[in-house]
Amino acid sequence: MNKKKLYPWYFASGAALLFFLLCFLPGILGIAYSFTDWNNFTDEINFVGLKNYKAIFTGNSEYLKYIGNTVLFTVVTTVMKTVFGLALALLLTQKFIKGKNFQRMIIFSPQVMSYLVVGLVFKSMLHPTTGFLNDFLRKIGLGALAKNWLTDLHLVFPTVMTVDTWKGMGYIMVVVIAGLLSISPEYYEAASIDGASFFQKLRCITLPLLKPVLVNVTVLNVTYGLRVFDMIYSLTNGGPGNATGVINTAVYKEFSKGNLAMGTTLSSVLFFIVLALLYFIIKSMENKEVEA
Amino acid sequence: MGKTAKIIGHVIGNIVSVFISLVVIIPLVVLFVNSFKTSAEANRMTLSLPTEWVFENYATVIEQGKLVSSFLNGFLYATCSVVIIVIVVAAAAFVISRNQKGVNRFLYYFIISGIAMPINNVALMKVMQAFHIVNTRIGIILLYAAINIPLSLFLAYGFVETIPREIDEAAVIDGCKPWQLFVKVIVPLLKPIISTLFVLDFMAVWNDFTMPLYYLNNSRKWPMTLAVYNFFGAFENSWNLVAADIILTLAPVLLVFVLGQKYIVGGVSAGSVKG
Repeated sequence: MNKKKLYPWYFASGAALLFFLLCFLPGILGIAYSFTDWNNFTDEINFVGLKNYKAIFTGNSEYLKYIGNTVLFTVVTTVMKTVFGLALALLLTQKFIKGKNFQRMIIFSPQVMSYLVVGLVFKSMLHPTTGFLNDFLRKIGLGALAKNWLTDLHLVFPTVMTVDTWKGMGYIMVVVIAGLLSISPEYYEAASIDGASFFQKLRCITLPLLKPVLVNVTVLNVTYGLRVFDMIYSLTNGGPGNATGVINTAVYKEFSKGNLAMGTTLSSVLFFIVLALLYFIIKSMENKEVEA
Repeated sequence: MGKTAKIIGHVIGNIVSVFISLVVIIPLVVLFVNSFKTSAEANRMTLSLPTEWVFENYATVIEQGKLVSSFLNGFLYATCSVVIIVIVVAAAAFVISRNQKGVNRFLYYFIISGIAMPINNVALMKVMQAFHIVNTRIGIILLYAAINIPLSLFLAYGFVETIPREIDEAAVIDGCKPWQLFVKVIVPLLKPIISTLFVLDFMAVWNDFTMPLYYLNNSRKWPMTLAVYNFFGAFENSWNLVAADIILTLAPVLLVFVLGQKYIVGGVSAGSVKG
């Protein structure tokens, strides 16, 4: 049977065309515009070479801070979500846990809320004088721990990352549970007969077999983390000062100010960081496979 | 000795899991409780029950928050873009997964590269202007469809591989043309993944907040997320109303979640476990 005739490529053309026009083309155009002085105030667009990139990477520009924040946010939230998600998945697949399914549903549920809603809810709960968290700490006699969670320069970024972990860990948990259930119980039975401990089983059976799943969720988390916007915009809007500013909040700021070339340059830098990180992740995974 | 240790371990395990579930659910409970309080009482967003249950908060919000029109907008955007996604992705996944050579192979990698690609909003504005679809409903629908295609295709591709090829052969022997094979034979078999995509993409579009912020400057066209943000700006000091507003925004998506739970979890895991 002729595969070309039976499975004609034009069946894929709808998806390809939409993707090309509204994702790929803007991506390429954006890189082109990053070499110009495009803005809202003049109609002319002039080529300026690497000027925008220089403005980002030289001196003590605030953009470097945003890039640093973006990378920090990505690394910390990816690690926290994976660790908590994995631990929860291991816990909520144990036979002795009561009401597993219900608890899984609860822990997954923040995933269905929009980041905007999450941001607003936590903004109210973390309010220094009237919020739930400080109120609760005072009631149980730990008033000393009450803090200005979202306005203290040193606390605000960890707070934001914790909220993001609260939202995202359920997703990892669900995916890992599915992975765990697909591992044949025979491996564990054999290991038990050999007298393996819980941690030995975890290290030698569970984690290696979960590797493809973990690679997938890591890639998804990393690309999400680098592109984060909604969460930070609604929770802190990049503040106080620029303590929680990330690349995409900076893009939005430049866009609002009419500095379109700077906005698109920041987006392009983000694009290159995503590319580089993915390359790095995929390479390091390949190497490990060779060693094993 | 071993037995007691085991029992203690089990008890601790249960306590830990219940504690984490509580931590996760508390924000929602706080929100729910405060949506029934008076303005003065809700100023303190605490877990205590309202001294007086104010059900009118909800009526006030529906009237003042323009929730009906933003609900309809959000519903329109989510439904239309999801229908587009399901149609183009199902067709693409079918041919690409069946014949993984030549143009098909190229198109697959081309499209799924979008999973990682950040959206360049500034340049996208230029492209949308060129097509005259900025600030239009059709524009935002096509945009949502486009940005959700890569991940959807990735999930659907894995699913098509689980459908045996012998089915295609039998259909062809019976005289099916490619499109007949797809519509009459394959689409019915794709139901589980179509449900998954429907639920996942519906939630993604319904919850999105960035696209309208950039590409819809007319408040009459705003979906619910943006209406909530606007409402928050106007009623920042009336947390009872903001809470009620948020609960009403959450309701539809919670409903979709509860009804489609098995598909969400199934789809998420099917796509990822295949790796």
